[in-house]
Amino acid sequence: MWDGPAGWLGPAEWEAVRLSARVALWATLVSLPFGILVAHVLARREFPGKQVLNGLVHLPLILPPVVTGYLLLLALGRRGPVGQWLEAWFGIVVAFRWTGAVVAAAVMAFPLMVRAIRLAIEAVDPKLEQAAGTLGASRLWVFLTVTLPLILPGIIAGAILAFAKAIGEFGATITFVSNIPGQTQTMPLAIYAFLQVPGGQEAAARLATVAIVIAMAALLLSEFIARRVARMVGGR
Amino acid sequence: MTLALQIRHRFDGFELEVEVTSPPGVTVLFGPSGSGKTTLVNAVAGLLRPDAGRVAVGDWVLLDTAARRFLPPHRRRIGYIFQEGRLFPHLTVRQNLAYGRWFAPRNARPESQERVVDMLGIGHLLSRRPGALSGGEKQRVAIGRALLSAPRLILADEPLAALDEARKAEILPYFERLRDEVTVPILYVSHSSAEVARLATTVVALKGGKVAAIGPPGQVLGDVGAVGARSLASVLTARVMAHHTDGLSELDSAAGMLLLPRIAAATGATVRVRIAAHDVILSRTMPKGLSALNVLTGTIADIRPGQGPGALVVLTVGSERLTARVTRRAVAALDLAPGQVCHAVLKSVAVAPEDVGGAKAGCGAPLPDPLPL
Repeated sequence: MWDGPAGWLGPAEWEAVRLSARVALWATLVSLPFGILVAHVLARREFPGKQVLNGLVHLPLILPPVVTGYLLLLALGRRGPVGQWLEAWFGIVVAFRWTGAVVAAAVMAFPLMVRAIRLAIEAVDPKLEQAAGTLGASRLWVFLTVTLPLILPGIIAGAILAFAKAIGEFGATITFVSNIPGQTQTMPLAIYAFLQVPGGQEAAARLATVAIVIAMAALLLSEFIARRVARMVGGR
Repeated sequence: MTLALQIRHRFDGFELEVEVTSPPGVTVLFGPSGSGKTTLVNAVAGLLRPDAGRVAVGDWVLLDTAARRFLPPHRRRIGYIFQEGRLFPHLTVRQNLAYGRWFAPRNARPESQERVVDMLGIGHLLSRRPGALSGGEKQRVAIGRALLSAPRLILADEPLAALDEARKAEILPYFERLRDEVTVPILYVSHSSAEVARLATTVVALKGGKVAAIGPPGQVLGDVGAVGARSLASVLTARVMAHHTDGLSELDSAAGMLLLPRIAAATGATVRVRIAAHDVILSRTMPKGLSALNVLTGTIADIRPGQGPGALVVLTVGSERLTARVTRRAVAALDLAPGQVCHAVLKSVAVAPEDVGGAKAGCGAPLPDPLPL
């Protein structure tokens, strides 16, 4: 394993960085299919309760993160209805585990992801999808061969936005899965912890630097990829 | 294969009730906006579920409300050519052309891609993307894409309406080739009587959601009740005799010789010539000292005064019928009456290039029926 920054970062700091990256990656990957599905439903379908779904998706964006974390704890904790069910049927426990941090990050990042993808879907001319239908493509094939490639830039933008949000998630995570080093102590939580103890300033500053670098890299990468893909998809 | 349409649909106080059976070839749905063309086409394509109806191409039943049969659009096997092309921007021309074939049933035998590419002259565009094509090129690719999906019916919804005059003139010949070289029936929507005259095997004139007239183009375009005075025209079948050096083409028709601005067809080819009724001038005596080059002599078959100042004068010229739209005042001044000999004067330049086109399907003979008077 590459241990360059591990030499610069203390072991506890390095662990927090790695945990953060893992949590954010999983949060993004797991929520992406749902994000595309929900965005498609919101952009293209009319059904009763659409506004309720829209509100539900956006709730984490407006609620205090602590409240979102508390609600997750109520639902997914070991005594929560969903938590009990998950443990009984699948043996999955998320409370106070790194998987719980994934759930918290995914929920908090979800509205940003859905927004980006929904905008991309709304920009696709439904007449193109109609044309694909007349050429023999079923709904699923129309989506896979026309809609999906055309919204790829939006999906990438949404995913990277979600990843960046997941890396920085603090309030819901600390409320839901607490601040356990090696388990749930992601980078922001570690920075917070370092700032609570005397002499932790330096470690906090190093982690803050890492956070800035990751955020900038994510931004640049998303710009780069989105531009490449847009040229590929709409280009000449 | 015959196309049988029977649609009844009511919406927003508009009632569409159409029953049409048309022979193979190009069936043109002709009418102003609001006449029900789009509703009809959407019902055929499966984008609209009509209150009642049946749509069948030969024995391929797309819709039969009585039998509760409604094929979804993607299973109708219709090659839909849209007004705006609707090419997929993320695919190359080659991939666009191949798109429909991919979804065609295994046992379907689509046209050979080579032949279609050749027919439409798009071979040099295959590796480009739609963003780099002109409007006319896009529409040619769209025609090819529809053709290669192995359709049982080709549906063209005003495919030229979004193009300028030059592009229209570029695309029309490809539709003529489609009509003459492809066996699939074509349903073509248009509000241009020039397109009707050039392309149609059968014209269905729609008016207020009902069929006002149905028949060969010469007959329907001469029916003022069906198409209105502005679109009224005669359609002559003519043979190209020569192309003169001064830019005129000489044509021989059953009505007599015509001199027209240079047309695209080769010497010996048979073409249809649309002559708008308002471009025809009438004279009781053989005109002299006139700049117009075409004078056709015939007898007056009928005179029909219109609601306004106009009147229609139908002439029998040789074995053809020619309709002139003049004023009632002129009819009175010249003392025109049925049975009289009369000369029809036509300026060469009044016939635009888009009024003349290749004629093959079902228009070689003079009109089978007299005009509905």
